[in-house]
Amino acid sequence: MTPSDYVSSALLILGAIFFLAGTVGLLRFPDVYTRLHALTKTDNVGLSLIVAGLSVQTDSWLVVGKLVLIWLLVMLAGASVAHLIAGGAMQRGMKVWKR
Amino acid sequence: MQTLNISLALFLLLTLMAGVWRALVGPTTADRVLVIQLFGTTAVAILLLLAEAFGHKALRDVALVFALLATVTAVAFVRRAWASEEIESDSK
Repeated sequence: MTPSDYVSSALLILGAIFFLAGTVGLLRFPDVYTRLHALTKTDNVGLSLIVAGLSVQTDSWLVVGKLVLIWLLVMLAGASVAHLIAGGAMQRGMKVWKR
Repeated sequence: MQTLNISLALFLLLTLMAGVWRALVGPTTADRVLVIQLFGTTAVAILLLLAEAFGHKALRDVALVFALLATVTAVAFVRRAWASEEIESDSK
């Protein structure tokens, strides 16, 4: 294992933990808005950590560029979809969860 | 590194399977669309890990397609297919 392997493993494992947190949030949170919050934010952080870990592993800059492009697309898409769903739910009168 | 990549891909697949529970219980259609979003992001991560582990470059393009499809599905749902009468609150 070279030092870059250690960095890459740490980033990848951290990313997987964020994905796990996103799924737990999706399963445990009480209403659409909170689930949206858990899902779109944590999953994007998890994906960015995994992309960072894979970028450390790979040799070619071309692949790194492609990974970053995929990551940017997913970030943009996740943010837009989160806004659309939250706005739509608000418009349709879904109640916000209160303790 | 290959072992770690493959085991992390399997782990992410397990979290994906756990997320399917939310699609089963709902309770609203919006929750099911959230699972589409989960599939989009997690499948992209799995495919990128597998592309690195097995050296299949094409899997990165498949990841790109997954990201696009999940987004288009969610947008189509919100703009076209979301019934406006579904207003019941799901806070239990």
